[in-house]
Amino acid sequence: MEPKRISAPLTDEVVLELKAGDNVLISGVIYTARDAAHKKLVELMDQGEPLPIDLTGQFIYYVGPTPAKPGQAIGSAGPTTSGRMDAYTPQMFEKGMKACIGKGLRSQAVKDALQKHKGLYLAAVGGAGALLSKRIKKCDVVAYPELGAEAIHRLEVEDFPATVINDAYGNDLYAEGAKQYAR
Amino acid sequence: MREIAASVISDHVAEMCQDANIYLGEDVFDALKKSLETEESPTGKEVLKQLIENVEIAKNEQIPICQDTGFAVFFVEWGQEVHLTGGSLEEAIHEGVRRGYTEGYLRKSIVDDPLYKRKNTGDNTPAVIYTELVPGDKVKIAFAPKGGGSENMSSVKMLKPSDGEAGVIDFVVNHVKAAGPNPCPPIVVGVGIGGTFDKVAVLAKKALFRKVGSKNPDEAFAVLEQKILDKINDLGVGPQGFGGRTFALAVHIETFPSHIASMAASVNINCHACRHLEREL
Ligand code: SF4
Repeated sequence: MEPKRISAPLTDEVVLELKAGDNVLISGVIYTARDAAHKKLVELMDQGEPLPIDLTGQFIYYVGPTPAKPGQAIGSAGPTTSGRMDAYTPQMFEKGMKACIGKGLRSQAVKDALQKHKGLYLAAVGGAGALLSKRIKKCDVVAYPELGAEAIHRLEVEDFPATVINDAYGNDLYAEGAKQYAR
Repeated sequence: MREIAASVISDHVAEMCQDANIYLGEDVFDALKKSLETEESPTGKEVLKQLIENVEIAKNEQIPICQDTGFAVFFVEWGQEVHLTGGSLEEAIHEGVRRGYTEGYLRKSIVDDPLYKRKNTGDNTPAVIYTELVPGDKVKIAFAPKGGGSENMSSVKMLKPSDGEAGVIDFVVNHVKAAGPNPCPPIVVGVGIGGTFDKVAVLAKKALFRKVGSKNPDEAFAVLEQKILDKINDLGVGPQGFGGRTFALAVHIETFPSHIASMAASVNINCHACRHLEREL
């Protein structure tokens, strides 16, 4: 099946067109955040303080790249394990985030949040850091520079490949895919 | 007596850190290519193609295969007729890691205090080092950068001797099933059987240093490796957990004699970025 081309940030219409198992190529602007940045963002939310970035419609990519060599936009940049962000993810969706990209299993609370807020959980191929780095054209720190590789970065991506794992309808590729090929 | 300078060890280690992270071994690469021929799922095939392309991009453009350039793990076999000059072995290895990870633009993923401060050491040290004194005048250094995502999916279980073969199979297969997509499948599964609680964990780690596709020299364990591999692939989890026939590329079992009351077992998982390198000096 040909991958669907989508642009970032996302609209509800596009979210609702996508189903678990769909391959997509993302172009546009996405943001990075890992454990430490999530912790800081959610602390601000709890205190009712403004966030350093507007999450409305945004993709958040869970990544901690290798340092860029001179002349590179970014180093090796594959996804990290998403489960570590589970505790923070429902609140991120409440604040307008539309999709997150990582790898691996999510909690039921995250899957519920996808249905409630019309969101998507996608996986990029874990360990394909060299290939994925070539689809990232520009990378700038926009918040928490003190966190180094864990700072929030703004990425300009072109045809960034990902697969929808959990959609807004409660479908789950991890559960369905394995069932189909089990013997 | 043969002498080796600590600085020579550091130079080799620095090179090995960079090479292992950029060039995937032929053994793993061949296993990936072979799995593309047998994979039935179209999405699974797509993933395998991306992984093969990734290895080529990494090599051609000198980009690390994966951004998690790992905890630096070493198994050193030191010939007892070799004298190390100008420093200690541990410090020589740490110096090599420091240089390799800094000069090679590799990610520094180690924090000093594991519980409270968790402050990055800034140079990916310390390494985890196992040293064995062996007869002869050669030194063998084996290195693997071990990713956190797959390392987190590991386990030790003190089975009962009466659990038998079925107990080992259940433990390994159920454990790998629960890990599912998290350790970036296709995976390589290291299994330890025997020894003590601590010994069995090291056996599973050592199993991951074997060439992918190699068999346990003991026929019975070689058969068990294949049996467990088939069961794991029959789970249908497939590449990246998207569904398919290639959940694991290999199962490697390492064993050690056991106490009459025990049968320790362990699983240590590696991802397809199963990076390992060996040098003999
Ligand atoms: S599990 Fe392996 S391939 Fe996946 S992110 Fe970690 S090191 Fe990379």
